[in-house]
Amino acid sequence: MTAPSDGPLLSLRGVGKRFGPVTALSNVDLTVRAGEIHALLGENGAGKSTLIKVLTGVHERSEGEMFFAGQAIHPRSPKDAERAGISTVYQEVNLLPGLSVAENLLLGRQPGRAGFVNWGGVRRHAREALARLGLDIDVDAELGTLSVALQQMVAIARALDLKARLLILDEPTASLDEKEVAELFRIMRRLRSEGMAMIFVTHFLDQVYAVTDRITVLRNGTLVGEYLTQDLPRLALVSKMIGREVNDMAGRAADLPPPDDSAPAVVEARGLERRGAIQPIDLMLRRGEVTGLAGLLGSGRTETARLLFGIDRPDGGEIRVRGEAAKIQSARDAVRLGLAFCSEDRKGEGILPNLSIRENLILALQAKQGVWKTVQRSEQEALCRHYIEALRIKTPDAETPIKNLSGGNQQKVLLARWLATRPELIILDEPTRGIDIGARAEIEALIGRLRADGLAVLLISSEIEEIARNSTRVVVLRERRRTGSVEGDAITPPALMRAMAGASEGGAS
Amino acid sequence: MSKSKSLSPVWWPLIGLAVLVAVNLALNPAFLNVTVLDGRLYGLPIDILNQGARGLVLALGMTLVIATGGVDLSVGSVMAAAGALAAVLLAEGHGLAVALTAGLGVGLLAGAANGLLVARFGIQPIVATLILMVVGRGAAQLMTNGEVVVIKNDAFAFVGNGTVFGFPFAPLLAIALFVAAQLFLRRTASGLFIEAVGDNETAARFAGLGAARVKGLVYVICGLCAGLAGLMAAANIRAADSYRMGENMELDAIFAVVVGGTALTGGRFLLLGSFIGALLLQTLTTTMYNLGVPPAVAPVPKAVLILVVCLLQSEHARRWAVSLVKGGKK
Amino acid sequence: MSPALRRQAPLLATAGILVILFATAAFLYEGFFSGRVVVNLFSDNAVLGIVAVGMTLVIFTGGIDLSVGAVVGFVSIFTAIMIQRGYPPALVAVAALAIGGGLGAGMGALIHAFRLPAFLITLAGMFLARGGAFWISTESVGIDHPVANALSGFELGLGPVGLPTTALTVIGVLALGYVAAHHTRFGRNLLAIGGNENSAVLMGLPVGSAKVWAYTINGALAALAGLVATIYTGSGNPSTGLGLELDAIAVVVIGGTLLAGGRGHMLGTLLGLLVFGTIQTALLFDGRLSSWWIRIVVGLLLLLFILLQRGLLRGAARGK
Repeated sequence: MTAPSDGPLLSLRGVGKRFGPVTALSNVDLTVRAGEIHALLGENGAGKSTLIKVLTGVHERSEGEMFFAGQAIHPRSPKDAERAGISTVYQEVNLLPGLSVAENLLLGRQPGRAGFVNWGGVRRHAREALARLGLDIDVDAELGTLSVALQQMVAIARALDLKARLLILDEPTASLDEKEVAELFRIMRRLRSEGMAMIFVTHFLDQVYAVTDRITVLRNGTLVGEYLTQDLPRLALVSKMIGREVNDMAGRAADLPPPDDSAPAVVEARGLERRGAIQPIDLMLRRGEVTGLAGLLGSGRTETARLLFGIDRPDGGEIRVRGEAAKIQSARDAVRLGLAFCSEDRKGEGILPNLSIRENLILALQAKQGVWKTVQRSEQEALCRHYIEALRIKTPDAETPIKNLSGGNQQKVLLARWLATRPELIILDEPTRGIDIGARAEIEALIGRLRADGLAVLLISSEIEEIARNSTRVVVLRERRRTGSVEGDAITPPALMRAMAGASEGGAS
Repeated sequence: MSKSKSLSPVWWPLIGLAVLVAVNLALNPAFLNVTVLDGRLYGLPIDILNQGARGLVLALGMTLVIATGGVDLSVGSVMAAAGALAAVLLAEGHGLAVALTAGLGVGLLAGAANGLLVARFGIQPIVATLILMVVGRGAAQLMTNGEVVVIKNDAFAFVGNGTVFGFPFAPLLAIALFVAAQLFLRRTASGLFIEAVGDNETAARFAGLGAARVKGLVYVICGLCAGLAGLMAAANIRAADSYRMGENMELDAIFAVVVGGTALTGGRFLLLGSFIGALLLQTLTTTMYNLGVPPAVAPVPKAVLILVVCLLQSEHARRWAVSLVKGGKK
Repeated sequence: MSPALRRQAPLLATAGILVILFATAAFLYEGFFSGRVVVNLFSDNAVLGIVAVGMTLVIFTGGIDLSVGAVVGFVSIFTAIMIQRGYPPALVAVAALAIGGGLGAGMGALIHAFRLPAFLITLAGMFLARGGAFWISTESVGIDHPVANALSGFELGLGPVGLPTTALTVIGVLALGYVAAHHTRFGRNLLAIGGNENSAVLMGLPVGSAKVWAYTINGALAALAGLVATIYTGSGNPSTGLGLELDAIAVVVIGGTLLAGGRGHMLGTLLGLLVFGTIQTALLFDGRLSSWWIRIVVGLLLLLFILLQRGLLRGAARGK
């Protein structure tokens, strides 16, 4: 490597990005040195992905300067960035599953003359590129038949082969198991020792402390700061990411009642399991209680909810609804049994973007009633009026297409969709993700009201304090397994954090 | 949904239709004249309605399929198969009821097969319906042995040629179907379900909708429409020609829906728009005929029309045009 | 199954079907197992084969082109009329290729630049070309030109059998198509685009130009097929190639190429063509079964292969 060890390899000064009137990123600095693994952290909406897109030339920055290896750069396309020496490996491997490993490594720059491909050369070159990372993969295998982890290794090999000097790893570990993560880290450390600079984006704090040297934290599109990993305690890091001090994190809702073991269960799961998603799990979701499901991303939270709601089929175990064995094979079955599930993926699994607020709002109720028993127009409008007011949905009228609303208001419409079905259990998966603070508080207040009204609530959230503030019981998941539960006043963020991180909790906390 | 809002996209095909009628009037001032002869209406508008009836029926079914984000390429071939089977049965001496049931049965089966492949096996609609597009015409030719089967049953011919109080029966049937469909789709939740599946299938499923069932059913309805259109086509010329029957009709039906303002990506559908779109296409064909263009050349203006409509609807094309205008000003 | 074997499963399946079909036909019909029949498989299906090669390239990208049959018809009547009017055949042929390629380029550009659905745009192209063909002439026009006659009469002697111009052309096109698809960057880029266009963009592949070229080559090959059809029949006819696009798609899919794009093989198209031809020839030899069966059998094969691919894709997904 020719990069001087003294100066930084990559340096961003005052970089900003606007999309029309929306400022996604403003005045961000980032410094990455050769031979360093640099964590880029922040909550959803912090601006990480925008920053990466600016770095890789997907977006052009609106302001600021970018220096790479001492030169001012202005990448206008991923190809541009790659040529400069900046390569990216995405969580969703951006390679071609239908082609062979060798081809994926060399697509667009196959050895050969005048546009012809020299297949022998392709294979040889591919084998060498993989060997450099100590990987033993059949270069003729179809990429799609490999595990995601191996596909990512191939992506890394491709990036290295492009003479990358800076490797951006965008949530590469999200769908890897423990062994695969270890293998990835082995490769990352090896590259670091060879002088490669890496930007590592992840949601897993353990991994930050396991492998990174420095941390840059973003929040709401602005820079919070750059820190040496070893100097930044875990709790301090969390508070920087969410923008609140540890002290004012704890506050549990004042009116939270103690857990009541005599309250009847709406839904009970016994030994519910699905291979690759969740190990056998027991859950007891009682009337008038908020059960928190705590765990890091990828711990099996959403997977559990999908099983309960009939989206995925379980491999074993049973679900009982109001004490009776229930066969839930689709969301339709679940809705008819009085279950509701507000998915974390608002855009993909929630809204019908081009339909009106009214249509979005009554959809689940109408689905529950069937095609013949139409919700009368007057009733639809009454429901809209009620929920627009009760949930303070900001919209000119109920006929506006839902895509025109802000994320928070969309979320409220989706909550209204489920409340309109008068459910007995409502599963809320990340109900406050990506929405503004005001709407957050309102949604949390709503959770309290639902509990008081006697609903069973299953609350899933990445934000520990959100769980702590609102839950009467918490079930903790780790690595796709139920590892424990916390009840009543014992529910505190540190307690949850310890349970989520497990006994082997590393890092500097 | 207020009336004015739901109507606004329908204005475009309506304007197109008005322009065409105006062009025709300029060429032939008697274009809109309708006369009564032997208690029966005659005139170009009646011709257009009469010849357009089959396209209308197909457009109805196609609208629903396209609203779910799909497409059915097999309707033309299914038409041929349904018409052929009915004609062959009649020729063998079976009655009207048997012929009609068999024709609709062909449509039902074809629709069910398409629906199964798309909704159950998750095969792309273009690919899935391509199979019956190939097989359907082969089956039609097999049934008629490649010959034109003449229909002598007057009761059957009524479906394509009869009149009610002097008004042709076929367009009345098509109009009645549209009215019934509109009522059914908007009075029950079925219209909402179809639009929901087309707009975001996953979200619809998560909301408790039987999305696969909805998708399967629209193909069944579309197949039934194709079967009926096949019967109407055979009845209209009192014969089943397995080569020509329904030829290119899948394209006409898709064009009618697209011109009528329903997006090929699915979601919101406009039944009235498709109705006007189908009439617009038929009027275009008649206009070509009026201009003395041989019928075989008539596809050319259709192609131009569809390209224009596609470009008008394409966001990329609009952005490109805007950038051109802006660039020009600089 | 080993990964490498599973990768070629559709291809092996087609080869298996071809062997079974051919063996059955050879067993049932006297004289079927002969060099003449094999040569005829190529010469009788030359037009289809040439079109199928172009269609394979387009389908690699995840696109489709429904206009090819109409282009064959247009070129057929165009060539006949122009030669009748006394233009030199070479010039006419070049013009025909340019028209076919030009139409393909135009459609490809619209499809790529404005993200319009390929099936719709190429349907419009089909209407244009077919309408244009009938506009030139609604009647069939015979050709009597020494060059055309020489071409249609030519045969390359190969021992007991001779390869006529049509067979030579389709074999040449298949060979070139194979090289282009599997031994050039261009061909690999097409498959990459069909696999995942976004990834192809991120990898810096020339997505737009590759797509437009695929449609251009396809259009030019359709024009070439039209020339071959004209020479083969000795006349130009505006309705030549009616429904040919469907047969071509069927041939490509039976050859194991994924209609959604991203997976496929030009050898499969050769095998698919031979399967198609064998069925057709067998029906001809039989004489009892009407020729309508060809569509039904091909349709069922289409269904079989589409379901097989579906199963393989699911299998691959589960294997992770």
